Amino acid sequence: MGRYVVRRLLVSIPTLIVISFVIYAILALAPIDPLSQFGADPRIPPEARENIRRALGLDQPWPIRYVKWMTAMFTGNFGVSFMSHSPVSELIKQRLPNTLAVVGVAELVGIAIGIPIGMISAIKRYSIFDHVGTTFAFMGFSVPTFFTGLLLIILFGIKLRWFPFIYDSTLQIHDLNSLTQQIRQSIMPITVLGLFNVATIARYVRAEMLEHLPLDYVRTARGKGLRERFVVLRHVLRNSLIPVVTLVALGIPAVFAGAIVTEQVFRVPGIGDLLVNSIGTGDIPVVATVVFIFAVLVVLFNLVADLLYAVLDPRIRYT
Amino acid sequence: MTAVLALAACTQQTPAGASPSAAASAAAKRGAGGDLKILYWQAPTILNRHQATGTKDADASRLITEPLASFGKDGLPVANGLAAEIPTAANGGVSADFTTVTWKLRTGVKWSDGTPFTADDVVATFTYQCDEKSAASTIDRCEGVKSVTAKDANTAVVTYKEPQPFYYQWGVGDAGTILQKAQYANCLGAKAKDCAADQKPIGTGPYKVREFKAGDVVTYDLNENFRDPNKPFFKSVTFKGGGDATSAARAAFQTGDVDYAWNLQVEATVLKPMAQQSSTATLTTVYGSSVERILINFSNPDPALGDNRGEPGTKHPFFSDKAVRRALAMATDRNSVAEQLYGGGLSGKASCNILTAPEPMNSKNTDGLDICKFDLNAANAELDKAGWVKGSDGVRAKGPVKLKILYQTTVNPVRQKTQDIMKANWEKVGFQVELKSVPAGTFFTNTSPDGANHFWSDVEMFTNSGDPDPTSYFVGWTTKQMTGKANNWQFGNYHRYSNPDLDAVVDSLRKETDQKKRNDLAIKANDILVSDVVVIPLINRTFATSGVSKSLKGVDPTPWDSEMWNIADWTK
Repeated sequence: MGRYVVRRLLVSIPTLIVISFVIYAILALAPIDPLSQFGADPRIPPEARENIRRALGLDQPWPIRYVKWMTAMFTGNFGVSFMSHSPVSELIKQRLPNTLAVVGVAELVGIAIGIPIGMISAIKRYSIFDHVGTTFAFMGFSVPTFFTGLLLIILFGIKLRWFPFIYDSTLQIHDLNSLTQQIRQSIMPITVLGLFNVATIARYVRAEMLEHLPLDYVRTARGKGLRERFVVLRHVLRNSLIPVVTLVALGIPAVFAGAIVTEQVFRVPGIGDLLVNSIGTGDIPVVATVVFIFAVLVVLFNLVADLLYAVLDPRIRYT
Repeated sequence: MTAVLALAACTQQTPAGASPSAAASAAAKRGAGGDLKILYWQAPTILNRHQATGTKDADASRLITEPLASFGKDGLPVANGLAAEIPTAANGGVSADFTTVTWKLRTGVKWSDGTPFTADDVVATFTYQCDEKSAASTIDRCEGVKSVTAKDANTAVVTYKEPQPFYYQWGVGDAGTILQKAQYANCLGAKAKDCAADQKPIGTGPYKVREFKAGDVVTYDLNENFRDPNKPFFKSVTFKGGGDATSAARAAFQTGDVDYAWNLQVEATVLKPMAQQSSTATLTTVYGSSVERILINFSNPDPALGDNRGEPGTKHPFFSDKAVRRALAMATDRNSVAEQLYGGGLSGKASCNILTAPEPMNSKNTDGLDICKFDLNAANAELDKAGWVKGSDGVRAKGPVKLKILYQTTVNPVRQKTQDIMKANWEKVGFQVELKSVPAGTFFTNTSPDGANHFWSDVEMFTNSGDPDPTSYFVGWTTKQMTGKANNWQFGNYHRYSNPDLDAVVDSLRKETDQKKRNDLAIKANDILVSDVVVIPLINRTFATSGVSKSLKGVDPTPWDSEMWNIADWTK
């Protein structure tokens, strides 16, 4: 097992180097320009633009910029944002809490609600509960988040005025009042993302449970005279959750990457918002770093998912 | 139509509402107001004006740092900054040869950290801003400036290399921000690009930064050291960025969550009813010199020319015939564009002038021109007369030359709809029009063959605007400024238009010091460009299109300066 982990980690190094190269190459060759921000502003003459380009190091060929970026990255220096002149690590540090507070909570909500719904739908297959659950799940799957987001804003933000739709990232939680405020401002984005997560997990759990319910070991358990509740929770659910655990483990990098659309719609200053804005402004150091960190997390959690598999399923052994 | 009138009435309330505020603010006490909430749908990323990449940064920095003076509505300076008075030729502040400007600074002004402000800070700002290595985005203000020196602690002298009719170029308005010498001592030259001070500049303005999250929000507290003991009115300001323009408009007009929502570029059909029915906010707009225009190519963009494609000296196959250009202008329906796409005065109005402001320079001669009237029959007649004959496919030709136009602009829904309107009309008079749209980031660069600078198409469309003094604006049409390979497409004359008459007018504009004559010269330059159909002006676009809370007083945007230029005077 230990040797397996070491081997996997060693293999991931060249993988990540290739990924970093591809990311940088795409950014360098794509028609994004940090100076496009200035647009047709006649007050910024071409010479000034050239100066800025030089100051940002953009006059060097991109392979050289890549090597510089990569070597700095190894020393833990993520570079400096073109737009804000502040270290990229600082920007990420500022935004990660917001992303975790919204996207992370939505993931938890998805698990907490999705598993029971999927379970009950499977046990009471074709019941009214199952039909309603399935309908909701399909809605959650198929309606895009920008649409549900706008719908919620218009309904609860504007018509009913229940919740604010401009996320306040300066809010400090120190008492009950500020906690309520935090809940009020994050309830809509969490609902939007949670709906999608609930749908995904509920469908998975339902399908897995249905596969397991008619199996021999379930019949044996029932034959032993175990109570139905025990059969379902101890035997069926436990086995059905194996793929769900993988699903959740692989979903964790996405939590850190934030939710691009939802963060934009609700003005949540998270990582997704940082990424999409940096792409728009051509802030290459920020984009490259965020995408690279995402790549590292994906590689890492793939390994974690594989290891969890072995833990949950005794039949799987890595050597 | 009633909707338009109602809205006009709505917008006109602002100046009326603004005037009593001047009296009110005098009585208002410092910090009496709570938190002022400002919403920009683009988020500020840097708070040093000289490193700003957009209006969002410039406006967010204006609460903290100030210029020597601001530009008022008429394009003339207003002494609400660091200068005690505006130097003019009359008061001796401007030398008779228009090369030196002596700024008398306010005395007793303190930076927000309590240290005194002196002329040394002004000099240090010049050193920082005008050093090429600092890569300031405001470096154009330095062009032609020989030096900025401190005569004494409260007098700064700006010296221009040559007589400079626009002697307020350096130190005034949006880009005239004065930085603190002590704070920027370690940010000169190459060190400017990762300077921590850019995140939290010390200023003399009414507010100071409490916390800045780049790309998200700036929170400000009032500056206790601000020179006017009664200002500012608000105790704190929250300057939130991000999201989209439509929901920003909702936050101002429907829920009243914010006091000020910037640049509401929302479709007129959505914005108009929202603003009219609002009980919380009014739409505030002001017209300046922003003009959406169609540029005509005088060089030959034919790819067959190879290296010589679109170079100065080549001749456009049919636009070199003035009759064709005139016909194109006559078949241009700017009124429909203004009504349908710019909400008939909501975010723009039809204009046949390429220079629309300041008002004394706005030509009255173009309204009567035939090329400024949409008339398809006249356009057809013009082409018939010039010998361009319609073929069986409806496209006019003369010999082997066909009137085939490639029409490029940026990817933008309003621009694509404008293209559609143009195409429909132009094809009615015998042009064949192919449309092309390029992402803005690619379009506005000198490096892309699809860009506005290369102009490898027959016509192109975008918006541009000028300074309160239009000299540098008109320089962009002079022979010397023809863009091409030799200057790496960095020059401003994208048309490759050359006209000695215009060159002469611009030369006089450079030297002329009498304001009345300058106005006449500017009008003359405008009239040449319009009547020679070098450019087809379409829409005079609004400068500010912001939602302002009905309870907020003192907001009075000028087209020549930041929307935040007088935020010290805002009250509730």
